[in-house]
This record gives sequence, structure tokens and C-alpha cells, in this order.
Amino acid sequence: MSYDAPSALAPSPPARVPGLLARVFDSDLWFSFTRSPVVIVAALVTALYVLAAVFAPWIAPQNPFDPAELSLIDSFTAPAWTAGGMPEYLLGTDDQGRDILSTLIYGARISLLVGFAAVLFSATLGILLGVTAGYVGGGFESIVMRTADVQLTVPGILVALMIDGVARTTMPRELHDQIAIYVVIFAIGVSDWPQYARVTRGATMVEKGKEYVQAARVIGIHPALIMLRHILPNVMGPVLVLATIGLALAIIAEATLSFLGVGVPPTTPSLGTLIRVGNNFLFSGEWWITFFPCLALVFLVLSVNLLGDWLRDALNPRLR
Amino acid sequence: MVSYVIRRLFQAILVMLVVAFVSFSMFTYAGDPVNNMVGQEASRADREALRERLGLNDPFVVQFGRFVGRAVQGEFGISYQLQRPVEDLISERMPATLELVFVSAVLALATGIPLGVYCGIHRHSWVSRVLLTVSLIGVSLPTFVIGIFLIYLFAVHLGWLPSFGRGETVRLGWWSTGFLTPSGLLALIMPSITLSLFQTTLIMRLVRAEMLEVMRTDYIKFARARGLSDRAVNFGHALKNTLVPVITIAGLNIGALIAFSIITETVFQWPGMGLLFIQAVSFADVPIMSAYLVMVAFVFVTINLIVDLLYYAVDPRLSVDKGAAAGRPG
Repeated sequence: MSYDAPSALAPSPPARVPGLLARVFDSDLWFSFTRSPVVIVAALVTALYVLAAVFAPWIAPQNPFDPAELSLIDSFTAPAWTAGGMPEYLLGTDDQGRDILSTLIYGARISLLVGFAAVLFSATLGILLGVTAGYVGGGFESIVMRTADVQLTVPGILVALMIDGVARTTMPRELHDQIAIYVVIFAIGVSDWPQYARVTRGATMVEKGKEYVQAARVIGIHPALIMLRHILPNVMGPVLVLATIGLALAIIAEATLSFLGVGVPPTTPSLGTLIRVGNNFLFSGEWWITFFPCLALVFLVLSVNLLGDWLRDALNPRLR
Repeated sequence: MVSYVIRRLFQAILVMLVVAFVSFSMFTYAGDPVNNMVGQEASRADREALRERLGLNDPFVVQFGRFVGRAVQGEFGISYQLQRPVEDLISERMPATLELVFVSAVLALATGIPLGVYCGIHRHSWVSRVLLTVSLIGVSLPTFVIGIFLIYLFAVHLGWLPSFGRGETVRLGWWSTGFLTPSGLLALIMPSITLSLFQTTLIMRLVRAEMLEVMRTDYIKFARARGLSDRAVNFGHALKNTLVPVITIAGLNIGALIAFSIITETVFQWPGMGLLFIQAVSFADVPIMSAYLVMVAFVFVTINLIVDLLYYAVDPRLSVDKGAAAGRPG
């Protein structure tokens, strides 16, 4: 639930104080990173989004959720470079006179927050179940993996919709609006855990047979500690790839839920909510209200996807 | 083979029971059904009578059994919001969704496979590089964004295509089809492109990857050494062997198409099951939600089953392996 998640995207070798940076610059990953300009651009764009999201209150030209800063007279202003545009509203304004650029920055903040939190949630859940299933085996393993199989046959977005729907039915409306964002995080998180569970279980079963694990067992280390300290670091490579692609998927899922009107409420709009609201003005000619959020969403997802693609190829020597 | 089919059937039934259980729990625990059916002024005795009549006082197992029994006959109760039997609502909306999904699936296969084959064969040509880049953008474009762009371009800006609805439909028995009227066909164009674009890119990338994999194998090299024409090697030998995973993914994705039609139907106000479902979610209309869940799960399980059984038809190696494995005790 914080912005420290981006560090999970960067290649992070074990923390040995001497020469940490040197090790990063010396790694294969860094080498392949510097060799692909597209990936560098994608990384820069992603970093830009994250920075803009973190420092939104200082970067955005106005606070779009502070009624005192809005003037209804300026509503439906076209982008600055078109006829009828005003220089102080670069990308125009919406029906309530909110500066589109500012709503974008704040919207990206919510989208990224939900995306990172959902990935963190599903990765934690999936790794926990996957490593334990792979290590313990037996009945626990078959229950976990069969559940994962069943869930994988249904698209994630449907699972997320169902969870959101159930939350709506069980809670009063006001309460639900207050915690909607957590419901969305939970729904998206739950919908994606089987991927992580499958991958980590497979990797754990390979690691389990290796000598270092057997040695740890022989000297009587507690199984939980073996899983946490010895196996976990060795199964994190594929998880990193999954998490990066998962971030793009989670951002799309959140935007989709919000667009369908069952995600983040309009009081704290994400990019998806902005698109939903702007869509109402498409036919009356105010195209910019929905166009720029669409563009912002596509650029964000595209750059994260490019990073994920690169990471998958770079970490998988077979494909080189 | 027979034991495999029976085992898969058993699995499928088990999955359906689990889904039915989830959907039944939604019914029972998500809000009080009695409260949803009677007004505020109903007396305690009235509520109790209704409760008894609906069988809500019966033991859990009995209630669940009754739910499954009725679901098998296609009965899911009365919609809270629309006050009509859910099965009627769904059968009214089903043709719209199925026609959309059918057209999208055909579109995705008809464009995805040839493009994928091309990219697999001409690996380094600039056309395939462009196609791959475009396909990555296609994966990154959320369905509804594609829909909005299409609507803006072809409906608002150019005014060529209708932006919402199915156009005129013709009734054939209980099935209403949009295939037979010009406006119905026009209305299909944008939604089906929107829905199929993601699948097209997926199939294209999959076919390409499989083709690259197969091209490296010895039997392809051998076929080339024998002096077979490129055409025979590419299509007779290579493509044929890439089809197993393609059938799996394409088959499984018919289910995904039905799920993603929720989004497409919302963008284009297409009067199908997805739109019905999304309205049910925002109004907390549990009977529709649980019926939709059960029905979609049924479609998924059936498709899974068919795909698994199709493997045998396509890949003769499997029937040998699995047959031997099934014959072994344990």
C-alpha cells in the first residue's frame, strides 16, 4: 500500500553493502537494459508516471477535488492549442471546470496505487500458497492447485466483478463507497493469485530436491524458515516477470471495473473513472474529456508491458 | 480412453458443484432474500410465513440440493430489480451475446492465424516486426478504449456506423437474430472488432511463437532436406503441429470472449447478457448474478472438456500415453 513497490521492479541483488551499485551495473540484466532503447524509454515513461503520481499535489496545476479552486465558468474549455482553448488549461477542462491535466495526474495516482497494491496482494497470497504447496505437498498441495486450476479457467475480470458484486450486496451503500478502493484491490488481487502459485510451486519443487535444502533440513532448521530464507529467494526470478506483467493487467482490470461503474467511485476518480465520465460527452463534441485519460492509460499500460516483455526475455536465457 | 473421459466428466461435475455452491452462498448470505422481496411494512409473521414457504428454514444441505435441482432445470428465481424470472431475462438476452461472440471468434481466428504464420515464417522481415509491435499495443489497449476510439471515429466523426444497440432484429422462434437485416449487420461491425482485437493479437503471437519453435525441430529440417516445397513444409508439416496449443487457447478463449463481452456490451449498449449482468452487479441483483455465474461456468467447463477431448483427435501421441497411464493401477 505504499510507493516502495517500484523497487521490486528494479533488479535487486542481495543487500551486500560493498559494491551494490557495481553489481547492478555489472549484471546481465543491466547490460541488456542499456542495449534496448525501447525498454529505456518504457522505463523512463513508467518512472515519470510513478513520480507524477507520488508528487501529484505539487505537480498538478490545480487540485481538482478542491471546490474552491474550480470555476464553473471555465467548464468545457477545449485544449489550449485548439480554438476556444485557454492557456492555463493545457488539456482543457471537464463539465465541472476541472483541469484535465490535473485530474489525469491524480487519476494516475489512484490507478497506480490500486495496481501496485493488487499485485502486492496477489503475489503475496500466490507465493505463500505456492511455496507451501510445493514444499509440503500432499493434500494441501492438491487442494491449493485444484483451486488454482478452477479459478484459472475463469477470466480474472469475471472473478473480480463477482467479488465486487458480492461486496456490494453485503454492505450498505455508504460504507461500500468509502471502502470501494480496498474492495477493488482485494478483488483484483484475488483474481490473479493462481499465476503466482503455479510458478512458485513448480520452482519450489525443483529447489526442494537440491542439496542446500537437504542440508538445511538435516541441521534441523524449521520448515517455515527453510521456505522463507532458503527457497523463497531462489524462486523470485519468474515472480518478478509475472509481477511486472501483472501490474499492467491490474491497471487494466482496475480501469475496466471503474469504467463499468463498479470500481473506484467518482469522488476519487482513477483513469478508468475519468474515461467513464468523459464518455458521456463524446457525442456532444467534448472529445478531450475522455480522450486524454484513454491516452494516459494506454501509455502507462504499454510501457509497463514493454518492461515486462523485456524482463521475461532477459531472465529467460532459452529465448536469447 | 473411456476411463479418461469418465474421469474428466467427473471433474467437470465437481467444478460445477463448487461453482453452484459459491453462487448458492451468494444467494443465501448476501443480504436477506426475504427483505429483498417484501417491503418494509411486512409484519414479522408475514416474513416468517414467506421464509417457511421459500424453504429458508430448511437445513443447509436440503436448501443447497434444491438450488442445484432447480438450477439443472434452468430456474434461478425472480430478479429483485426487474421482478421477472431470471431464466426468461437470460434467454431473451442470450442470442445477442452469442452472435457477437461467434462473429468475434471467427474474426479473431481468420485474421490471427494467417498473421501469426506469416510472422513465424518471415521472422526478420520488417512487416512482422511492425505486426509484433502493433500486437503489443493491441494487448495494452483495454477493450473499452478500443471501443471508445472506434465510436468516436466511425460514429461521431464520420457517422458511418451506429454507435449503440443491435439494429433491427428478426425473430426466429425464440431466437432473435441481427444477421438478417442490413442495420443488424452494420451494428455488429464495431462491437465484434472491439471484442476480437485482443484475441487476434493473442492468437497471432501464439501461432508465431509455436511456428518458431516447430521450425527448429529436426523433422522440419528433414522435410526441407527431402526437397519438399516451402508450402508443403510450412503448412503441411509446421502449421499442423502448431494447432494443438492454438485449439486449446482459442477454445478456452471463447469463454473469455463471453466474459469480455460484458465490457464491449457496456460500451456499445449491446442488449446482451453482459449488459444485464453489469446492471445486476450495480443494483446488487443477486439472482441474476448467480445465474450468470453458473451459466458462464457451465460454458467454461463444457469448453474445457471439449478441448481436452479434442486433443485426442489432433495429437495421436496423447492417446497412447494417457491410455498407458490410465491402465496402470494408482
